[in-house]
Amino acid sequence: MRTILYILQKEFIQIFRDKTILPVIFIMPIFQLLVLAYTATFEIKNIRFIVVDHDHSSESGKLSDKFSGSAFFTRIGQTDSYNQAIQAIKKNEADQILVIEPDFEKNLMKENHAQVQVVTNAINGSAASLMNAYAISIINNFNKEILIKKFPLHFKEMPIKLNSSFWYNPELNYITYMVPGILVLLVTIIGMFLSAMNVVKEKELGTIEQLNVTPIRKFEFIAGKLIPFWVIAMIDLLFGLLIARLWFGIIVVGNPFLLLFVAGVYLVLVLGLGLFVSTLTNTMQQSMFISWFFMVVFILMSGLFTPIESMPVWAQKLNMINPLAYFIKINRMIMLKGSGFIDIQRDFLILSLYAAGMVIFSTLRYRKTA
Amino acid sequence: MKTRDTVIEVKDLVKKFGHFVANDHLTFHVYKGEILGFLGANGAGKTTAIKILIGLSKPTSGKVKVAGIDVNKNPEKVKRRIGYMSQRFSLYDDMTVKENFRFYGGVYGLSRKQIRERMRFYLKKLEMESYEDMLLRNIPLGWKQKLAFSVANIHSPDIIFLDEPTGGVDPITRRQFWEMIYEVSDSGTTVFVTTHYMDEAEYCERVCIMSEGKIEAMDTPEALKEEYNAKNMNEVFIKIARNVE
Repeated sequence: MRTILYILQKEFIQIFRDKTILPVIFIMPIFQLLVLAYTATFEIKNIRFIVVDHDHSSESGKLSDKFSGSAFFTRIGQTDSYNQAIQAIKKNEADQILVIEPDFEKNLMKENHAQVQVVTNAINGSAASLMNAYAISIINNFNKEILIKKFPLHFKEMPIKLNSSFWYNPELNYITYMVPGILVLLVTIIGMFLSAMNVVKEKELGTIEQLNVTPIRKFEFIAGKLIPFWVIAMIDLLFGLLIARLWFGIIVVGNPFLLLFVAGVYLVLVLGLGLFVSTLTNTMQQSMFISWFFMVVFILMSGLFTPIESMPVWAQKLNMINPLAYFIKINRMIMLKGSGFIDIQRDFLILSLYAAGMVIFSTLRYRKTA
Repeated sequence: MKTRDTVIEVKDLVKKFGHFVANDHLTFHVYKGEILGFLGANGAGKTTAIKILIGLSKPTSGKVKVAGIDVNKNPEKVKRRIGYMSQRFSLYDDMTVKENFRFYGGVYGLSRKQIRERMRFYLKKLEMESYEDMLLRNIPLGWKQKLAFSVANIHSPDIIFLDEPTGGVDPITRRQFWEMIYEVSDSGTTVFVTTHYMDEAEYCERVCIMSEGKIEAMDTPEALKEEYNAKNMNEVFIKIARNVE
């Protein structure tokens, strides 16, 4: 056991002496959390829209005012020329066009039906469907008002009234939703890369050969390499939670110690994975590419940016081996929902077994031969 | 001389990499306390052999006993008894002299007091006492090699393996390095050293000349010079190389 202490001492000396890596470890994650939390959002605000009003009536004015009055829309122009509006979309100056037909008011009053056209820039599909949904809901509201006005006896009120309430994140605040996930992401990247690079660095420098002729035992070596990065990643996580609390005002609803406990196990898994990559590769470049490959797949499939539920079934199955998916889920459950151990026990058990397996695996893979 | 104990026994050692035979049926032994020079051109198979002796590489076939222990069966046990210094500089550049001594001393299970004493002893001998807290990367190569040698000796091994320890080192430092080798040899440590420099071969008690994976000759420098009718080891080496071709 004394050997492990000597390895730990050496690793910490080397980490804290590296003036390039040190800021990467402690400052980058904080910076990234602050930036990503605001930018990794699918909320659409300030949809730039142009009204092409061929009617110039009071009803058409009312409809376009409804759009302008919405928090999501910003009217950037009004024109009679459809082509001019399309040009604006082509130049990416506008996102949406509302076209109102001539005789809109007349048709509405006399024929009881009229038409409008909504044109949406769908370069970004998910943004377009959101913009479309917003537009439809505004037009529906407008419809309703007309019905109530024209047929006050029939439509005092709409028969079914929707009252939505959103649990665990009542204000549908994207930051509240994203921050716990981003936190997991950052800690994972730090842990995985540090551990994947470390052993390979010794291989490149040739110092591993000297270590391999010493009587250091395999598990001592793996433990000595794992513990320092575990400590660092945990400190990063604590920092991140503190920022989530102080800056974003996100309070861990559940038990913060449960969260840290799960995080501790999760990090063993991530570091084990990194060490495993390290034992497979001979150069930092190889190690970097392999880690990156896994990271990108894990991150994109983790459910951080897109809901796992809407992925194809095979992808959902594949996520069974995605450590990030487990921990983002558990983390959100504890931080936002206040879940207790009972709620997360199944996922936690899988994480624990996975972590133990990975460490054993990389210990076995590590060869004391050069 | 006849009653000397052997510390390394190699019998029919073969190492193949695919079809390439790096070590072709090597059989030799090394006496306790002796300085054995392992000579050969680049690619002769010296490093391959040394890696098998210290347990970093597994032989394809053959028996290798180091310090009375079968390396193939018990490489970790052998590692406690040997020291090794490779041709690549292997101390940590981003740590100080003291930290390197402490790390390796600790890994070999020395007490803090022993580590301190051993370090003081070596630094005094190298006249580098004031460099204790200097980072290795700021120390010239020749000095680093001498430090690496000292660190490889910190646990007083039975045998120390030196793989081209003086590569790229100036003649004066090489001279000093060999004085250090003599000192550890006098204290009973067996020295197994590979080298390109034929003048260094003269310093060895016995030399073993390898060529294309085989041992071509093994004897004292004097005997070899006589046998090949050569003035110095350089000539011996060239003559052997020509014979092989």
